[in-house]
Amino acid sequence: MATTITEYDTIAAISTPPGEGAISIVRLSGENAIATAQRLFKGKDLTQVPTHTINYGHILEPDNGAVVDEVMVSVLRAPKTYTREDMVEINCHGGIVPTNRILQLLLGLGARLAEPGEFTKRAFLNGRVDLTQAESVMDLIRAKTDRAMQVAVDQLDGDLRRLITNLRQEILEVLAQVEVNIDYPEYDTDQMTTQMLQEKAQQVLAKVDELLQTASQGKVLREGLATAIVGRPNVGKSSLLNHMLHEDKAIVTDVAGTTRDVLEEYVNVRGVPLKLIDTAGIRDTEDKVEKIGVERSRQAITKADLILLVMDASQPLTAEDQALLSATDAKRRLVILNKQDLPVQLDLGDAVPEADIIRTSITTGAGVAALDTKIADIFAGGIDNSQTTVMVSNARQIGLLQQAKASLKSVLTGIAAGMPIDLVQIDMTAAWDKLGEITGDAAPDELITQLFSQFCLGK
Amino acid sequence: MPEVREYEASQYDVVVVGAGHAGCEAALAAARMGQKTLLITISLEMLAFMPCNPSVGGPAKGIVVREIDALGGEMGHNIDKTYIQMRMLNTGKGPAVRALRAQADKAAYHRSMKATIEAQPNLDLRQGLVERLLVEDGTCVGVVAATGARYRAKSVVLTAGTSSRGKIIIGELMYSSGPNNSLPSIHLSESLEANGFKLRRFKTGTPPRVVGNSIDFDQTEEQPGDQTPNHFSFMTPDALYLKDQLSCWMTYTNATTHAIIRENLDRAPMFSGVIKGVGPRYCPSIEDKVVRFADKPRHQLFLEPEGRDTDEYYVGDFSTSMPEEVQLKMLHSVAGLEHAELMRPGYAIEYDIIEPWQLTATLETKVVHNLFTAGQMNGTSGYEEAAGQGLIAGINAALRAAGQPGFTLRRSDAYIGVMIDDLVTKGTSEPYRLLTSRAEYRLILRHDNADLRLTEMGHDLGLIPAARYQQFQTKKAAIAAERQRLETTRLKPKDVNPWLAAQGAPDLKDGVLASDFLKRPEVSYTDLMQFAPAPTTLDRYVIEEVTVQIKYAGYIDKEMQSIAKLKRMESKLIPQNIDYDAINGLATEARQKLIKIQPETLAQASRISGVNPADIAILSVYIEQGKIAKVQA
Repeated sequence: MATTITEYDTIAAISTPPGEGAISIVRLSGENAIATAQRLFKGKDLTQVPTHTINYGHILEPDNGAVVDEVMVSVLRAPKTYTREDMVEINCHGGIVPTNRILQLLLGLGARLAEPGEFTKRAFLNGRVDLTQAESVMDLIRAKTDRAMQVAVDQLDGDLRRLITNLRQEILEVLAQVEVNIDYPEYDTDQMTTQMLQEKAQQVLAKVDELLQTASQGKVLREGLATAIVGRPNVGKSSLLNHMLHEDKAIVTDVAGTTRDVLEEYVNVRGVPLKLIDTAGIRDTEDKVEKIGVERSRQAITKADLILLVMDASQPLTAEDQALLSATDAKRRLVILNKQDLPVQLDLGDAVPEADIIRTSITTGAGVAALDTKIADIFAGGIDNSQTTVMVSNARQIGLLQQAKASLKSVLTGIAAGMPIDLVQIDMTAAWDKLGEITGDAAPDELITQLFSQFCLGK
Repeated sequence: MPEVREYEASQYDVVVVGAGHAGCEAALAAARMGQKTLLITISLEMLAFMPCNPSVGGPAKGIVVREIDALGGEMGHNIDKTYIQMRMLNTGKGPAVRALRAQADKAAYHRSMKATIEAQPNLDLRQGLVERLLVEDGTCVGVVAATGARYRAKSVVLTAGTSSRGKIIIGELMYSSGPNNSLPSIHLSESLEANGFKLRRFKTGTPPRVVGNSIDFDQTEEQPGDQTPNHFSFMTPDALYLKDQLSCWMTYTNATTHAIIRENLDRAPMFSGVIKGVGPRYCPSIEDKVVRFADKPRHQLFLEPEGRDTDEYYVGDFSTSMPEEVQLKMLHSVAGLEHAELMRPGYAIEYDIIEPWQLTATLETKVVHNLFTAGQMNGTSGYEEAAGQGLIAGINAALRAAGQPGFTLRRSDAYIGVMIDDLVTKGTSEPYRLLTSRAEYRLILRHDNADLRLTEMGHDLGLIPAARYQQFQTKKAAIAAERQRLETTRLKPKDVNPWLAAQGAPDLKDGVLASDFLKRPEVSYTDLMQFAPAPTTLDRYVIEEVTVQIKYAGYIDKEMQSIAKLKRMESKLIPQNIDYDAINGLATEARQKLIKIQPETLAQASRISGVNPADIAILSVYIEQGKIAKVQA
């Protein structure tokens, strides 16, 4: 029912490539850009500072005032800006984790994650970019948006989708009940009371809170991104680990099966904290010690958020490789085709999407930088395969959940202030819309369809 | 038989075909705007006739009647002169959803509207069956009646209702007919198709009518009208409020009724496949309800008087197309109707509609210029929906005849705007009824502020008489003054705390503005007057408006902010000659839908299902590029 107006929103995005460089920039554009940034900023009052100034301060968690990062914030007022709208650029120092957190917080305050090319699109629409660039702006929108939408949908965990779909259905039934009472006041349907609405809002709010707690980036921040390096013996797993640790902690030999203990090490890859788990390889063996190692590898795969599957590119695909591919298939996974310095014999066919393949030679160092970038990318995009809980994985989802939460809180304040049910309903509907944006399920006339299927109405 | 010879009859500015609720509004608006207007209809006895329920208003619909009144239309006045019962619904809820509903005296409603039309300068009323459009070079230049009369006009409004190839179905009986056994219109549909219109079949129905003195009212529940005065028109004084109102009566179906229906489903045209048209979900026949909600033990029925001078009762919510024999059995199984005598059987009616996406927001067709359509033939249902469209079509036909640009209402202006936008943007797959849930800004689209939203526009169009406009200005000024007063008057804790304590409400610690005090849920405007008395006693409409504006300011502001954004999108016009095939990057589905609907603004384009934000982004860049190219060339 509600029409989403996207043309004049305040948009936000991280405008530096993930994980590269010591500073990253979060950019905002739109009429609420400065006010939105101000709500997180401790330092000068950004709404009062002169235009085109850079201001030192801190970004704080709105809930508890904890410092997220030390920042420099540029305030750029319309019209002399790239988009010709008010813009804010937050220069963060603390790497990708705080940068992502700042983006999440902005999205939670109602900013919308910019579509690819949207800053440039606005620049054009506001007369900043010349005509020759218009075609390329359109190409950019088409090419990137479809992919971005696909990625957004793909990243949505099945359990999360189910959970949110269920929450929306619960809200929808309540909304339909309120609507039926309004549009058919004389019908002998049950009357929805503000008390019932309050209970429902509280229930949904609790679940949204729970989801926000599990938000993977938060978890990763606390615990590190659990990463398992797997592969059959002697493909270069330990060399990879050593590369990441920059020191020889695991025993590396040419004899298959020499890495026997599951090692856990914390490393920082381009600002992403990884909890690395080396494994003893997965292969059938009668060796008792090795067998324990194998069991533990399987456990490690189960526990991991990210699998780095190492294969020897200089040898044809083995049955073991295939078993590993299928054992890790359901996981977020990168396949590392190592030993590219030797003649390549391995052919994966189309078993693994090209985007998930990294070609390296760890001994020469070729391709390892690409691997690091890829890991940072994955973190920025979201990790969504925890075994234990349904997880919310990326800034967009977290931002929308926070907006839904804010709307649900407004429902409760509205009820407490004695507002009539049809007004409180406005916020309930907003929460429902926000949850729908996460799953992309906002079908037209959904509420009206519900109304007529849930109730028997006349006239 | 010799062929009827056509002859040149009179020349008009505007010809309106059909004198139902849409046609009457269209003709009156055009004539009042100074255009020489003809209203031609199949039967003058059916002018402003109510072929279904004898009531006007209700949720959303009641607000539409207020909107019609605020724009200078007639429906509000006419029902205020002819109601037999008035009720305000949803009084326990918020201000946005309160709704007035009247029971009408059907015959009086018809007579009163006919008298108004007869008395209207610039307006001729004629009985006649229009068979054909006169179209020259894609532009409508008049109509031809069955008698051979050619009426030429600068613009034409069609409001054919359910007459177009109408077919009445009662069980196994089926015959060609307009509503209530009137003449159907057969050839007009053919003329529309020949001119390239896409038509579609819809179905609706009406319940049986019974004799009042054969009803045992003791077994039913009385529903009297309100004591507190209320009217549809802002101009009707409270002093005229009707004291002697007639009641409605409520009863229920039961297991026996349902068993009779189930036993006879094979004779129900809805289920035997006889009916091909699509019926409305919200107005199902009783057989449909029993099948779809099989576990519901009973369904409510309302017995509504059709007028003061008749003993005919409408059996509300008992719409059926069962054979007459079965209808009788069904009726007699209901408490209070055991001995009811049937006056008219219920029936289903199938008819042609114009797929409404073939229209623009002015209700002009995109297929034939200077031709406007309104009402049930655009796929809606309901007298109020019809009248609202009729008014807009009449206004635009008059503007066109005068060579002036069109008039449209936005979704944030009126329920009428929501309805027309839905119709022309999405089309409709079933008879369309307005519901409050169709409006995204329903707190703005209240029934109390319809005049504040629309009367200025009505005045600009020339539809608001000077005296009324003066009264409206006075009211507006009074509202502003009273708000200003309350927003600057301070209340002291010592003055209000004793009263608050008596209400069991928390004390005030500091002084507070009278307006903030009014925001507290336990405080009404009358309560507030003890502490901040108004210098003069204000009109109740002014008080209502001030109270709503202050009490719900937080929510109102939120909606106003999103309306501001919407207006910016609405102001981005899409050029009429845009070639969607030339725009690289549009998704195929979006391209097809855009070509079909031809949206007028970016906002409208964004509401088409299948058109995604990326398509809107590309479209807006493309349009902007065109503008720059023009400036540079």
